[in-house]
Amino acid sequence: MDILDIPILSLLTFFPLVGAVVLLFINKERAETLRWVTLIVAFVEFIFSLPLFFVFDSTTAAMQFVEDWWWVEAYGISYKVGIDGISLLLVLLTTFLTVLCILCSWSAITSRVKEFMISFLFLETGMIGALVALDLILFYVFWEVMLIPMYLLIGVWGDPKRRIYAAIKFFLFTMAGSVLMLIAILVLYFINLKATGKATFDVLELYQLGMPVGTQYWLFGAFALAFAIKVPMFPFHTWLPDAHTEAPTAGSVILAGVLLKMGTYGFIRFAIPLFPKAAFDLLPLVSVLALIGILYGALVSMMQPDLKRLVAFSSVSHLGYVMLGMFAFNTQGVQGSIYQMLNHGISTGSLFLIVGMIYERRHTRLISDFGGLSKVMPIYATFFMIVTLSSIGLPGTNGFVGEFLILLGAFQSNVVYGVLAASGVILGAAYMLWMFQRVMFGKITKPENEKLKDLNAREILTLVPMVILILLMGIYPKLFFSKMDVSVEKFLKDVKGKVEMKADLPAPKILAEINK
Amino acid sequence: MKLPEIDLYLIAPEIVITVFGFLVLLVDVFSPKGEKKGYLGILSLIGIILAGVYTVPQMGGIQSGFGGMFISDGFAQFFKITFLIIAFLTILISMGYTQREGIAFGEYYSLILFATLGMMLMAAGTHLITLFLGLELMSISIYILAGMMREDRRSVEAALKYFLLGAFATGFLLYGMALLYGATGSLALKDIGAYIASKNLLRNPMLLMSLVFLTIGFGFKIASVPFHMWTPDVYEGAPTSITAFMATGVKAAGFSALIRVFFSALPGFRPDWTGIMWVMAVATMTVGNIVAISQTNIKRMLAYSSIAHAGYILVAFVAGNDLGTSGILFYLMAYAFMNLGAFTVVILLGKKGEENTLIADYAGIGFKYPFLAASMTIFLLSMAGIPPLGGFMAKFYVFSAAVKEKFYWLAILGVINSAISVYYYLRVTIFMYFRESEREITGLQFSLAQRVALILAVIGTLYMGIFPANVLSLAQKSVAGLM
Repeated sequence: MDILDIPILSLLTFFPLVGAVVLLFINKERAETLRWVTLIVAFVEFIFSLPLFFVFDSTTAAMQFVEDWWWVEAYGISYKVGIDGISLLLVLLTTFLTVLCILCSWSAITSRVKEFMISFLFLETGMIGALVALDLILFYVFWEVMLIPMYLLIGVWGDPKRRIYAAIKFFLFTMAGSVLMLIAILVLYFINLKATGKATFDVLELYQLGMPVGTQYWLFGAFALAFAIKVPMFPFHTWLPDAHTEAPTAGSVILAGVLLKMGTYGFIRFAIPLFPKAAFDLLPLVSVLALIGILYGALVSMMQPDLKRLVAFSSVSHLGYVMLGMFAFNTQGVQGSIYQMLNHGISTGSLFLIVGMIYERRHTRLISDFGGLSKVMPIYATFFMIVTLSSIGLPGTNGFVGEFLILLGAFQSNVVYGVLAASGVILGAAYMLWMFQRVMFGKITKPENEKLKDLNAREILTLVPMVILILLMGIYPKLFFSKMDVSVEKFLKDVKGKVEMKADLPAPKILAEINK
Repeated sequence: MKLPEIDLYLIAPEIVITVFGFLVLLVDVFSPKGEKKGYLGILSLIGIILAGVYTVPQMGGIQSGFGGMFISDGFAQFFKITFLIIAFLTILISMGYTQREGIAFGEYYSLILFATLGMMLMAAGTHLITLFLGLELMSISIYILAGMMREDRRSVEAALKYFLLGAFATGFLLYGMALLYGATGSLALKDIGAYIASKNLLRNPMLLMSLVFLTIGFGFKIASVPFHMWTPDVYEGAPTSITAFMATGVKAAGFSALIRVFFSALPGFRPDWTGIMWVMAVATMTVGNIVAISQTNIKRMLAYSSIAHAGYILVAFVAGNDLGTSGILFYLMAYAFMNLGAFTVVILLGKKGEENTLIADYAGIGFKYPFLAASMTIFLLSMAGIPPLGGFMAKFYVFSAAVKEKFYWLAILGVINSAISVYYYLRVTIFMYFRESEREITGLQFSLAQRVALILAVIGTLYMGIFPANVLSLAQKSVAGLM
């Protein structure tokens, strides 16, 4: 096929960067031009990414669209990229959300438009790069590259009061977690070098490596810490509410939509398959933390006076489901987990968009400042309702499919986990609906709310694609599951195979090699 | 008596630098007074380029001369290139700065050239006398350069402090060398090593004392804890261009001599020095980073950060394998670009009588001087070890060397330090981008040379981060013959 000849993944990774360079040469006074150019770049990027979905061969679990070049040959560092059924959908989510983020920043970002747009496109390069990287060092590079633009987005365009605190907290938390991962990557590299004599950071080759269980614990711990902070799992979640609340709308959307997924994606691509035995042994710990996240996140959400903080804490809860499903280690759980990653990107992303729209009008996010908005803003209320229901997981919306599968998976692996997680669903409905009621229904108590304008065409245009996806993913999930089926099966087969093989027999030959 | 063979081609780069050092002095003397004398800088640059032209063809070969006092091997050549790059950038950023601060004397440039000569001798010396001559030539030139701003009390204080402590440290170094000679009867590094191995002198108290004294002497030059006390004051007081030169050049030269002496003459003592250096590495990183957090003056902050970087480099020294040594070479070159770049920005933000070296002075420049601030961000993030910049790759090699030798805790402490350092590097970006300036900095003047220096530093930092393969393989080849 023709499309396979062009290095499509590199193109996707670096096209936004090219766009950012183009923006450098546009006069910063011409905000409108800057916005349009960025939108066109983001849109073209999205169009470029669509063929992936249709050309993708869903009958094989092998990496596709692979490009493999040496980067630092002496060290075995390669520029190797490729996608499978798991990363495919996340890449699409990224390109899709970026377009919407540019749209929603149209009137929200009025100062330093040029720098904002450059940061955003730079961020997109980092995100796509991290999702397609198959070399550990390459992944680490992109993983860190994402930090800088996000740090700037929060710090420069965030809410004036606490933006600096939130920005630095975000950066330091993520950085602190990831440096230990770097050491773990190096240890893994040298173990592999000794065992096989081959210098490589290629994750597909490192999957094959067997390791003593003790080593696995340490390395899994280092990887898991980096990813758990990013997810964020309880108790590493404290940076999230601050970062989410202070970030500009587009920042929150992309943070919720893609950056948090980097953590869960990291588990599924790196931490678990590289150290399956450790992952299996630590299953109870991770599951319990995930459950605490689900319940704690939901309970804290209920008490938040600030809309954005409420959505932020609901993220903690939702990502608890993702982790729980992943660590159920069965088909339903893992598929539900991946599906829920996408759902969360869309539902929570939309929620942030919606909160951003009202914030732009009223410059407040306190729930108590609203009430009765459905009367003045009927279109807004409709969108809000659909998104709220999707976030709760009403049948017919995407949230239902994901949560249902995760619960199914959880029940199979451990009934107690399943019961507790299911009670989180009830709490989820409670805080979302209660919030919706307080904002939308009742009497209009504040005079400022009486003259609020309903959504304009651009805002509707931003939300319609989200709603379409919410319904499409809820009604016809097969379209998406068919892409990931084979990859998930392979993931489970590999992991389980390795766990059983090495459960009592930690590969004596390799062990001897290492001890030499 | 047979005279040793003299091969002048071997020391051609050094000769060129010497000639140009004198040439600059002479031209200065015979040129009319009161001129701006920009051509002195250009003359020095020509000298440096010419020295580079003589160094590059030597690369790849190993040739020893002058009765084993001097060697041109990969290690020396790599370091010479590094020193020449450092000197080149230093002179570029001085053009304009010296005029502004009223120190545009001929001596200024010629002393930089002589200091560079000293560094080159340190990297190429395989004999304690050559090493010591190089060290002294470098140190004395720097003492004078640090006090170049005679009207400024802090500059004079810096010079005096550096001189007194430096002389003291030199004493230790010399004592160590004397003990080494006393115990082995030789000054040539190879002979010392061979003698120790053949007579099995590994528990000789004289040699152990000498190991300690040498560690102190070199520890002072590379500004490692606990011999770092002079660094912040001297770095703050000295003219900024000289601070940049010291932080990169002197440090690199110190490491080159340290590696040469320890690996050629004292390899048998590795188990002894590993413990000392392990502690020194951790202390240097930690003290440097922790103290840097509370600094309000950017020159002092960069001084502490340079201490911390000496600590990271010591991590590779402790690892002591090929990977570590080549990592050190890579690190020092990357550090040269990012640190000189950062000091360039510090210079560019000042003007006559208004240095603007408080971190608070950087408020709001992010959007006022976008290129300047973006460059500074690149340099700082590179120092913090954020990919894809040179500093990340440098740290990556250094830590991988430690992991390879199973110094896991050292590597872990290293990366934790790296994470701590992010805080104070980011603090500058916070001021640049997140805070509004309270007072406008206007009327900044950038000379063409300074712009070129800044762009070169940016390119160097990015190049070593994104395409590290070339420099790394060169560094790996360079250390091949060392051990």
